[in-house]
Amino acid sequence: MSDSHSYPHEPTGVETRKLGMWVFLSTEILFFGTLITTFMIFKGRDFPGIKLSDVYDIPFTSVSSFVLLMSSLTMVLAHNALENGDQEKTRVWLLSTAMLGAVFLAGQIYEFTEFYHEGFVLSSNIFSSTFYVLTGFHGLHVFIGVVLLIALWSIGQRQNGLSLDGGMNLEFVALYWHFVDIVWIVLFTVVYLI
Amino acid sequence: MTKIIQPKKQSNIFKRPSSETGIWSWITTVDHKRIGIMYGYAAFFFLLVGGIEALLLRIQLASPDNNFLSAAEYNAMFTMHGTTMIFLAIMPISAAFFNYLLPLQIGARDVAFPRLNALSFWIFIFGGVFLYSTFLFGTAGAPEGGYLAEEVSRLGSAPNGGWFGYQPNAGMKYSPGTAMDYWAIGLQILGIASLVSAFNFITTILNMRTKGMRFMRMPVFTWMTFAVSFLLAFSLPIIAIALFYVTFDRQFGTTFFLTEGGGDPILWQHLFWLFGHPEVYILILPAFGIVSEVLPTFSRKPLFGYPAIVFAGFGIAFIGFGVWAHHMFASAISPVAQAGFGLSTMVIAVPTGVKIFNWLGTIWGGKLSMKTPMLFSLGFIGMFLIGGLSGVTHAIVPADTQQTDTYYVVAHFHYVLFGGAMFGIFSGLYYWFPKVWGKMYNETLGKIHFWLMMIGFNLTFGPMHWLGLQGQVRRTWVYAEETNLAFWNLIVSIGAFIIALSILVFMANWIYSRRKGPEAGFDPWDARTIEWSIPSPTPVWNFSKAPEVKSLDDFWHMKYDEDEEGRPVKRDTADALLLELEEEGLNPKEDIELPNPSYFPIILASGLPFLGYAVIYKSLPLAIVGVLLILIGSFGWGTEPLEEEFTEDTENE
Repeated sequence: MSDSHSYPHEPTGVETRKLGMWVFLSTEILFFGTLITTFMIFKGRDFPGIKLSDVYDIPFTSVSSFVLLMSSLTMVLAHNALENGDQEKTRVWLLSTAMLGAVFLAGQIYEFTEFYHEGFVLSSNIFSSTFYVLTGFHGLHVFIGVVLLIALWSIGQRQNGLSLDGGMNLEFVALYWHFVDIVWIVLFTVVYLI
Repeated sequence: MTKIIQPKKQSNIFKRPSSETGIWSWITTVDHKRIGIMYGYAAFFFLLVGGIEALLLRIQLASPDNNFLSAAEYNAMFTMHGTTMIFLAIMPISAAFFNYLLPLQIGARDVAFPRLNALSFWIFIFGGVFLYSTFLFGTAGAPEGGYLAEEVSRLGSAPNGGWFGYQPNAGMKYSPGTAMDYWAIGLQILGIASLVSAFNFITTILNMRTKGMRFMRMPVFTWMTFAVSFLLAFSLPIIAIALFYVTFDRQFGTTFFLTEGGGDPILWQHLFWLFGHPEVYILILPAFGIVSEVLPTFSRKPLFGYPAIVFAGFGIAFIGFGVWAHHMFASAISPVAQAGFGLSTMVIAVPTGVKIFNWLGTIWGGKLSMKTPMLFSLGFIGMFLIGGLSGVTHAIVPADTQQTDTYYVVAHFHYVLFGGAMFGIFSGLYYWFPKVWGKMYNETLGKIHFWLMMIGFNLTFGPMHWLGLQGQVRRTWVYAEETNLAFWNLIVSIGAFIIALSILVFMANWIYSRRKGPEAGFDPWDARTIEWSIPSPTPVWNFSKAPEVKSLDDFWHMKYDEDEEGRPVKRDTADALLLELEEEGLNPKEDIELPNPSYFPIILASGLPFLGYAVIYKSLPLAIVGVLLILIGSFGWGTEPLEEEFTEDTENE
């Protein structure tokens, strides 16, 4: 269609949308970096009142973390299926990825509610504030990811199906999704384990 | 005959906008040139607003013990002046240059993501409107037991905690009311606009370069755009998070920056200046780029030390992230940190010096043509040098603690941001005026503008150095007769009005020349870079076919050869070449397909201010409206292709 003219494209050899996503993710590192830094600064300080370690349930969060990590696996499977030209499998794996993401989100909502009932609320102290803003910011990213995955899945329902390039493509969403997963590995370690 | 292919009028959710003239064509445009022009006008409007705020400040300070403005109004005015000039004037004027010129300089037909580009612009507009709506809806109350006992007028109902929003002063306790929330959320929205455009420009430069446009053949302005985009991409997230914290502190009872809950006000300073210092380079590097284009053209010599200028630009950008605490020498930071940041501040003067010497090397021995852009560029070098040198004095910690929060600092950063950035910007506005409008500005008026501004500028900001060293405190509302500061303050205020006069001259020139100026032709300056190889005003399709670049300053080498001594000699074919280029540029031989206009960027952007109001007024309906607008915008965006399918029957010859 439009590529038949004198205009060359993409001297870097990376598809433009994907490149844009890489640039976007590089700024995301700064977003999360700032949040984590604040968290670490306040973590070392003495503060009055309730602590996360008084309320958290590491086995529960470990399970939901595992669920989120598995969603990266299903994302890879979706990508693999699309490379093999298998539209149906692609949709199945996409939907599984979205579901796993939704399970993680549900877990986070449950966890927040539990904390809330035990008196660990946003304005309890500096520690709870940083905790909620940090993990909430990540949760928002997972939520957006789930929306993107479902959008992708519904585009896949149309007659032409998904393709590896063009439009809202799968690699574009996959990059984002893997990034959000990797960030969670860091957050889980920093917030819960250290 | 060339086919300009019309898109099929496909109805999605909305019918695709299709008008090519009139207001809708501007609202729905995704053309980088139109977006650039809109950025320019919007930013200039805010420049005037910020300028009026400055004039009000100067009237207040023109005589001792004045009460032209109340204290509350004065606080609001200096806060809004700083915020406006930085976020709503200089940054978007730079964005106007980026938008218009970047694709032209790298030989592209548009930016990488045309609709995202429109989105950035509209977010900027809505962010600006949101911030300024504080004059209508905002409230700035008096802290309990504070000195602001009087009733606060509308003029004073604006953010009043300074453009740096230091905590806890800008927190709820000392800045009650909603004005500072407008500030925090307004900056947040404006930050999104800049972030989005940063992704766009980085991707554009990486991926949209035409054949043969290797990195080391890119014009310096493109290089500086690249550096600025990285600065934006890596510094804005930091202030975004910090502003989140502020909003949470003010609205949801957290204590990130408030000591009573275990928070840390110094953390705000660190986060703010980690953004704020790179921001200084965000403001100045575009001017460096402009000047690096103007000087070689009007000296008729290649830029001296092109690689050095490029690497110095990136050196500045990189070191710019390591000097932030020099804004905090008077805060509680350790002596080791003071020494370290003092040193890094001196180090950053090195690449800046490299640039200054390269510019001097460029004009050295050149055949100078003293046109208005050249005058402004030369003025830039001089004024920026003064600002740069007074900046180095801040690296010396003991001296800096004396100068902190005095008019010396005000003088310093105005020499850098006005004498530097604004002079560079005016140089660029005159230089590319014929490119954008196809007309020539009036040279006499241009020169009057330059000299008025040069005189007014130095009268305004020069005396501030000694006012500051005599102890006039920054942000002071009144000063007593006995301080002996009255004389120079009056001079400063007169200077400010001379600047205002020069701006009027500029506007008159602009408005007159746009209509009645002589035809400029497409290469009025005998310029060097490829944006001058296409007709002026630039056709919608930019280049009728993708240019192939063979060297740095490609356009110049098409026109000129060198003799044995390296002097430029015009090629015999040059004139014929220009005619051919013009003919070719106006009559493309291949089909032109351009991205289609779209409603969705403006719809998506319009949701953000609603979310802002929703946070301030804790209103669910407003939040729902905002989220709905964003959802409609993104859904429509996602389901609408960038370019409609082209079908045979809608093509017209």
